[in-house]
Amino acid sequence: MPSVRFRLNGAEMEVDADPDRSLLDILRGQLRVTGPHFGCGAGECGACNVIIGDRAVSACDTPLWSVADKDITTIEGLGTSERPHPLQRAFIAEQALQCGYCVSGILMSAAALLKRNPSPTSREVKEALDRNLCRCGSHNRMVRAVLRAAEEMAAG
Amino acid sequence: MNQPAPAPSPPALPVSLAANPKLSAWLKFSSTGQVAISPGKVEIGQGIVTALAQIAADELDIDLSRVQMVRASTATSPNEGVTSGSLSIQQSGCALRHACAEIRRIFLQQAAERLGVDIDALDIEDGTISGPGNVRTSYWELAEEVSLDRDATPGVTPKIASRRALAGSSIQRIDIPDKVLGRPRFIHDQALPGMLHGRVLRPEDARAKLSELREDGARAVAGLVAIVRDGSFAGVVSETEHGAEAALNALRKGASWSDGEPLPDENDLASFLKAQPSESTTIDKKTAASPGAAVRTIRRQYTRPYIAHASIAPSCGMAQWNGDRVHVWTHSQGVYLLRADLALVLKLPVENITVEHMEGAGCYGHNAADDVALDAVLLAKTAGGRPVRVQWSRQSEMSDAPFGAAMAIEIEADLDAQGEIVDWRHGIWGNGHVARPGRAALPALLAGFELAEPFPRMVSTNPPQANGGGSDRNSVPLYDFPSWHIESHRLTTMPIRTSALRTLGAQGNVFAIESILDEIAAERGEDPVAFRLRHLRDERAKDVIRAVAARAKWKPEKQPSIGHGVAFARYKNTGAYCAAIAVIEGAEDIRVRKLTLAVDVGEAINPDGVINQIEGGAIQATSWVLKERVRFDRQRITSTSWTEYPILRFSEVPDVEVEVIQRPDMDPVGAGEAAHGPVTAAIANAVFDALGVRMRDLPITRDRIIAAMELTS
Repeated sequence: MPSVRFRLNGAEMEVDADPDRSLLDILRGQLRVTGPHFGCGAGECGACNVIIGDRAVSACDTPLWSVADKDITTIEGLGTSERPHPLQRAFIAEQALQCGYCVSGILMSAAALLKRNPSPTSREVKEALDRNLCRCGSHNRMVRAVLRAAEEMAAG
Repeated sequence: MNQPAPAPSPPALPVSLAANPKLSAWLKFSSTGQVAISPGKVEIGQGIVTALAQIAADELDIDLSRVQMVRASTATSPNEGVTSGSLSIQQSGCALRHACAEIRRIFLQQAAERLGVDIDALDIEDGTISGPGNVRTSYWELAEEVSLDRDATPGVTPKIASRRALAGSSIQRIDIPDKVLGRPRFIHDQALPGMLHGRVLRPEDARAKLSELREDGARAVAGLVAIVRDGSFAGVVSETEHGAEAALNALRKGASWSDGEPLPDENDLASFLKAQPSESTTIDKKTAASPGAAVRTIRRQYTRPYIAHASIAPSCGMAQWNGDRVHVWTHSQGVYLLRADLALVLKLPVENITVEHMEGAGCYGHNAADDVALDAVLLAKTAGGRPVRVQWSRQSEMSDAPFGAAMAIEIEADLDAQGEIVDWRHGIWGNGHVARPGRAALPALLAGFELAEPFPRMVSTNPPQANGGGSDRNSVPLYDFPSWHIESHRLTTMPIRTSALRTLGAQGNVFAIESILDEIAAERGEDPVAFRLRHLRDERAKDVIRAVAARAKWKPEKQPSIGHGVAFARYKNTGAYCAAIAVIEGAEDIRVRKLTLAVDVGEAINPDGVINQIEGGAIQATSWVLKERVRFDRQRITSTSWTEYPILRFSEVPDVEVEVIQRPDMDPVGAGEAAHGPVTAAIANAVFDALGVRMRDLPITRDRIIAAMELTS
């Protein structure tokens, strides 16, 4: 079995697996990284979004071979209980979810947005999250939370 | 001679407490300063666990951080039936409030005895009981000597509203940090020791039967543990999830199916629903003392399609056998009800089955959670005592889970010469809205219909009116019309599986009533807010309408391509009051720009939680109204992905403003289903305001608007 090397949340990884398998399958199965959630398996809902390089992508339709030597960040690598990411703090402050199943993917889309655009408008946040689905209707709170995090990050 | 005053009716226990009177079932103090609260209701993304913790902590006078909320399990929890119908605050909340008030009293009595102080001189602060002379003890200290293995007694008085410190406050939800930090909290993310993975094969054509199954392909897949087949139920068990998927794909290639059963014409649902054999019930009849003179009748038909739950997570369940006992982990809304159905299918006593709740993704009614639990139980039989986790595919979630029932609603209003309503007839055609597990002598679980010795497919029924009804939910007007006749025709065939989806029939009925009222008011040239206020007698109803009108500055000046619409309902006619104003924009392609809502849920335990529920309901309803419709051809459900079953996206979501009218002295009621009906009708009424066309079929799509505009031009 060929092996694929990448960095996951800052740690070097070497995975022996069929390189055509999906990144999500490897993360959740072999690596027991369960933050990225399975929603559709077709890249249509964003529940499994991770950041590869500087882009948020769905892990369910990303083949393992394509992440060779890449930097991958999942929700687990965004922040910790002791040092949560400003986005995580803002989502708590705004109570920006109902069930929260989609949130680990949405936070990754938002984190990628704030990296390339530290002070987005509300419209830009909505555009950045448009490929993420939320079924509970927490969208507006999530947009508010992203804007709040951006402000907090700008204030240092 | 004066009659003696009637004896006051004896105080009664709250319904959940009457059913589960043992106090120890609800609450347990630890000697280390914690209290474990065991509600029978479950977290389904609505924040209920936090609200219940607030109620308990408040009544006990302890800090919220000391409360541990125990997940519901048939092994330990009170049986509170199902978490549905916006009843959790009413049922679990009231039971806990009462139980905690009594427990507080019991501990105070014990403390008074031990400290030798009068009970009325004692005070409790964060669980520490103190009295004059600096005497003190605590719940934790007394926990060993106070037995709660006693039944609750009626007549206990909980705190008055003004003395509550937590209930009424927007406390942050206790489950949210885990979810934003990516800690495993969902059932989907759990790994039991030795866990195997299962997948179930299901036909594409509706109710096709498995005629042949070649297993060689699946047998060749690495990691395969077992192939299970029992009639048309077939599945695989594998060491890994990846292996289970691969084996399922191979098994699908080796499967041959019989023809399925025909589905209706999706483009003519109303004719289908009205032509099916049905059982007719008069829901309500009101006769006028002196009937007015009708000069004309307006008759309108409204429809809503089948609607999918379409949770972001496919359903998931886990099961582990130990001899003839099985332990099940599920995100079902009712652990006891699921257990009852599992017992029927497995032909085992309920005592052999433990069903334990774990959180799943947002649950909007009877989805596939119960079905997948039985799938896991059946597959786990072959696993030699190891636990088996089964997760459905997106496709299965969108086609095999029950749907919200399609409805055709016809309203006839007789009007007098002034355009006032003098008689009103409301007819509903559709399948029943409930085929939940655990309520009948036969099981309601999908795999049960597929076994070699199958159980008959359940045909949905409607809950009794006393519980809010089903198809007929919200069909009886709250308005003061002089007479009416409300009738429901429940189908006795069910080619498309339906069961409880948020609001049951209320969304359809409120859409119909509030749409035709808007039309009648418009014909009279009367403002729709004034029209409603004139026909309502309930001040709380009028208050939410006045509040929403004030908040939205009703009615803003007419602008091109902008429309405003208003609607109102009291959910189930006994629950939360909600009024909505929609602002829409556009021509054929409409977008909902803003929704303003006013709501009265009585005492709002967690006001931000109420707002979150109303916002979420309003946005979900907007999605239903603009986009959602289960698609099918004559053989199968075809809307099996997010492409074919689109829901509202971030860029399409309206701004939502919610005003909560706090009534701390009124009984609390749920908020989760209050918004759907009013928002639906408010959007349709706003479309008329903008475009001059009445949209009476949901969803309100571009094609339908164009067709309606062509008809009027």
